[in-house]
Amino acid sequence: MSNLVAKIQEHYSDHVISTKEFRDEHTVVIRKEAIKAVMQYCRDHLDLQMLLDICSIDHESIDPRFEMVYELSTIDDSQHIRIKTPVAEDEEVDSVSDIWATADWHEREVYDMMGIKFTDHPNMKRILMWEGYPYYPLRKEFPLAGKPTDMPDVAFTGVAPMEGGPFVTSSSATSTVAAEPRAKGES
Amino acid sequence: MVSSVPENSENTANSDFVYDSKVEGNIIFTQVDAAINWMRKNSLWPMPMGLACCAIELMATASARFDISRFGAEVMRFSPRQADVMIVSGTVTYKMALAVKRVWDQMPEPKWCIAMGACASSGGMYRSYATLQGIDRLIPVDVYISGCPPRPEALIEGLLRLQRKIDTESSTRELKAEPAEEVVKGLGI
Repeated sequence: MSNLVAKIQEHYSDHVISTKEFRDEHTVVIRKEAIKAVMQYCRDHLDLQMLLDICSIDHESIDPRFEMVYELSTIDDSQHIRIKTPVAEDEEVDSVSDIWATADWHEREVYDMMGIKFTDHPNMKRILMWEGYPYYPLRKEFPLAGKPTDMPDVAFTGVAPMEGGPFVTSSSATSTVAAEPRAKGES
Repeated sequence: MVSSVPENSENTANSDFVYDSKVEGNIIFTQVDAAINWMRKNSLWPMPMGLACCAIELMATASARFDISRFGAEVMRFSPRQADVMIVSGTVTYKMALAVKRVWDQMPEPKWCIAMGACASSGGMYRSYATLQGIDRLIPVDVYISGCPPRPEALIEGLLRLQRKIDTESSTRELKAEPAEEVVKGLGI
C-alpha cells in the first residue's frame, strides 16, 4: 500500500470507505462529507499540490447513482492518487475551487454534463451547453442524438440523424483510412 | 487593309454619333447587370466565421502560398457590416448557432454564404446533441465545400463557383420590379 494512502487512512479512518490498488494506481474512496477536508489535507500535508482532473461517473442502476473522481499528483509527477466519492442523485458536493482554482471550470463541466451541483462554488452555471438547456447530456438515459429543445432568441437543439449509428473510430482497423470515424452501417 | 477608324468623320450623316478617336478605346459597352456582377464577384469581402480546424485552412488560403487575393477575396472583414460572403468554416455547435445567425443578419445585402467543410455542411462526424447538423438549417448556403478539412485549393474552387453563380444573377432587373409593382398597387389598378 502506498505511503499516501496509509496516511489518508490514518487521518480519516472514519471516512475512508475502501482503497484499491491496480497496476500501481492508488484509489481511495471516501465519504462525501469529508471530501473537502481530505483534499485540503492532501494538498497541505501530502505534497499533492496538483489537481489534474475532476470527472464524474453515472452508474445509473447502482445506488448512490453518481461518483466523483479527483486525480491528484505532486508537482514533480512522482506521486499520483485518485480520490473517489459516491454521490446520490439529489446530493450536492462541496466545491474544492477554493483549494485549487482549476477546479472551478472542472466542476462547472461536471454540473453541465452530469447535473451534480457544488456547494460554495463561485460561479455554478453551465460551461459547454447554453444557459437554460434543460438536460444533462452525459447521463446514461440521455440519447446520443440529443433531444429537441427551443428557447426563442436564446438557443435551440435538434435531433441528430442516427442512420447507421454514430460516427466511431474502429481501433482494430489495419489502415488509417479504415480507422477514420464513420458510421458502422455505412461502407 | 481594314481600319476601324473612319478617316473622314465629316462625311457621316449624324455627327453626334461620330466616332471620336479621342475617347474610343476608353469606353466599354455592357449591360448594367453584367457590370455590377463583374464588380461584385471580383471584390468579395469575406466574413471569416472560423469555428474549428477548417479555419486553419481558411487562414492558409489567405496566406502567401495559396493567396486568395488573386481572386479578389483577400479583404477579410471582422465586422459583418463590411462583409459580402460569410465563410462558415468549422463545427457549428448549438451554443454558437444563433451567434452565427446574428452575425449573418448584420451583413448588408447582397450577401452570400459558403459552408466550408463537412461540419458546416452537414454536422460532419458530429452526430451528437451538441452540434447543429449543417449551417443551412439556419442561413441560406450558396456553396458547399466537401472535405474534413478541405484543402485551400478546394476553398478557392468554391469561391470561383460562387463567382460564377454571382455572374448569373439579375441584380438590377430584380430591383426594378419592386417599385413598379408598388406603383401599380398604389393606383389600385
